[in-house]
Amino acid sequence: MSSLTLNSPHRKRNTYTWLYFLLPSIAIMMLFFIYPILLTFFYSFTNLALTGESARELKFIGLDNYTRMFQDPAVRISIWNTLIFLFGSAVIGQQVLGFLIALLMKHKNKLFRRVVGTIVLAGWVTPEIVSALCLYSFFGDNGTLNAIITSFGLPEVTWLFTVPMLTIILANIWNGTAFSMLIFQAALDDVPSEIEEAAVVDGASRWQILTRIILPYIKDSITTNMMLVTLQTLGVFGLIYAMTGGGPGTSTTTLPIFMYNQAFINYQLGYGTAISLLLLLIGIVLSLFYIRSMK
Amino acid sequence: MIKTTSGKRVLLVLASIILFASLLAGCSGSSSGGQGENGKKTVTITYRDDGIGEQGAMYKWIMELSKNYPDKNVEIKPTPIQASEGDYFAKIALALKSKDKAPDIVTEDTFILNSDASAGFLEPLDDRLKDWPDWTDGSFIEAMKKGVTASDGKVYGVPYNTDSRGLWYNKTIFKEAGLPEEWTPKTWEEVLDAARTVKTKAADGVVPIWMNMGKATGEATSMQTYEMLLYGTGGRLYDDSTGKWIVKSQGILDSLRFIETVNKEKLGPPLSKVLNGQAGNTATREYLPQGKLAISLDGSWITGNYLENGAAPWPEYKDVLGFAPMPTSNGQTPGSITLAGGWALSIPSNAKNKDEAWEFIKYALNKENSQKLVTASGNITVRADVAKDPGYTQMPFNEIATEYLQNAEFRPAQDKYPEVSTQIQTMVEAVATGTSPEAAQNKYAQDVTRIVGEQNVIEK
Repeated sequence: MSSLTLNSPHRKRNTYTWLYFLLPSIAIMMLFFIYPILLTFFYSFTNLALTGESARELKFIGLDNYTRMFQDPAVRISIWNTLIFLFGSAVIGQQVLGFLIALLMKHKNKLFRRVVGTIVLAGWVTPEIVSALCLYSFFGDNGTLNAIITSFGLPEVTWLFTVPMLTIILANIWNGTAFSMLIFQAALDDVPSEIEEAAVVDGASRWQILTRIILPYIKDSITTNMMLVTLQTLGVFGLIYAMTGGGPGTSTTTLPIFMYNQAFINYQLGYGTAISLLLLLIGIVLSLFYIRSMK
Repeated sequence: MIKTTSGKRVLLVLASIILFASLLAGCSGSSSGGQGENGKKTVTITYRDDGIGEQGAMYKWIMELSKNYPDKNVEIKPTPIQASEGDYFAKIALALKSKDKAPDIVTEDTFILNSDASAGFLEPLDDRLKDWPDWTDGSFIEAMKKGVTASDGKVYGVPYNTDSRGLWYNKTIFKEAGLPEEWTPKTWEEVLDAARTVKTKAADGVVPIWMNMGKATGEATSMQTYEMLLYGTGGRLYDDSTGKWIVKSQGILDSLRFIETVNKEKLGPPLSKVLNGQAGNTATREYLPQGKLAISLDGSWITGNYLENGAAPWPEYKDVLGFAPMPTSNGQTPGSITLAGGWALSIPSNAKNKDEAWEFIKYALNKENSQKLVTASGNITVRADVAKDPGYTQMPFNEIATEYLQNAEFRPAQDKYPEVSTQIQTMVEAVATGTSPEAAQNKYAQDVTRIVGEQNVIEK
């Protein structure tokens, strides 16, 4: 108690200094992050529209957007599509493939690492819309893939029409795997080689080394990577929009595409913002799940 | 000592906040208010540029008018928006809302005009129109005024072009299949029969009939395909007398059954080609000119592609193509049907120079100038006097496409229409991919009910 009173003027000054330094970033956060989120929250309870009668005056419509969302079968389809896309491209694709590449590159010579690393990175450095166009021309009816398979005498496949979800999943894997690879490379470099060597001496198999030593050692990196990749994938829009436009039908309509359609094709901005909050919620729930499950 | 430092700090923080705020304020900017240097007033015109920029018919037309415009105190300036058709509507809605960014004149599709009018984005023109002889003396085709009249009964734009829809057919293929080269089907069954004949008699790989049937082709699916069918059964989307949307009717089922038949009997294009955003272009720019398509249910404007400066020049189109009216389902009166759309010039409520804009619209859409525009862009005129002009009628198909407008119907002037239209596309695509017409109609009824409210729907 006495020490507290003694230090109190000093302490007070410290608090202020802390505030001064943080003020600019707090201001920026408030302006560009908190404020838009609050605004989105607010608009999701209104009839905000781009045009039409509701664009004339903003009205509170209570939970209408939300009840509409839960009754709308298209929302359920979009959530389902989002989860398939997420699971296929982020969890299985980028995460597992990224880890495997990183693992296989460990202890290999520099040249090999460089060549493989550069190839994988090519997908990552390509801007989203550019890779979307590349992959569209790869999977398109007269695209590269069909040119390859027909040269072997196989029949043409309309990839974007027959297996649209698979094409966008593959596209996203190609586009994003490098990120996971880089994270896992850094994590694997941190696994001390002495422990591995000791395990080898004790007669551990490669599988045991992987599951008993490497994976437990890098589990924090796995969680972090899983979370980052999940959040990135939840928001993927340009890639899908440019490749399939959410079609054919609703087969690749993920939540971001659905939200765009509601907001800018049907002009229902209020409903669109409600969907964006659903997307935010899914992101939060999944992040919490990852954090919990890895503890 | 301490006090002065903290004072300095406060100052520093304040200064940075002010700087920061002024930086942000700089972002919002302000525009000149349409008053140019040397006292000239500027009238801006916003229209959709589909990517060809200064080669576009609209741009060339505006520049020519601007040069010849008699009032030298007014400068006419094109401010195009480069966007796809769907994005254009969203972009102008944002521009019209803004006091700074709203143009003085905007080109509005009659499809969205009512929505923008109900939103309060557009200026009613009735008071100005009543003093314009061209409008009151019958120079404009009376039926076309319906397209620019919003649900409140006021007129919000002056139309400058329109379109009609019908059955384009390839006479060479018809000859090959033993079908008449001058073809006027009287019922839907005759259309299907012609398609069946093509399927059995024409060369392999020829698509008998193309209709847009996907969500990806948007409004083309709703209007060129579904509404052409529905209105031909005598059915309607919206019941004007009760003010309700019709969500279930025999007409809906019959229309869907036509689509079902085309797909079941494989008379249509492969689904991978037609359920695709590019479907319209594939049909008009590839299949039709290459002789791979016999019948296409499409708009009168597609010949614009075949002109010398079009996207797919095809000089022989005049002789190879025929344009037949779309018959009603069983040949009942009026015998044939077309839906009409088109574009209009409107004045935004936020426009700065409304009077100057109006004067310019009167000049731009007089007989001579409006004829120049429709001729250059391959559209159909909304003016009766242009329709009679030899310079207009000599263009292939113009006379016949204009004639179809006699039975023209417009889409409901309701601001829920764009949303209902998306449900139509979903319904049509469902049937094209194998859902039964009954099930597709049930889903349409549910979805439309959710959009417009239970009290605003009706079953017939």
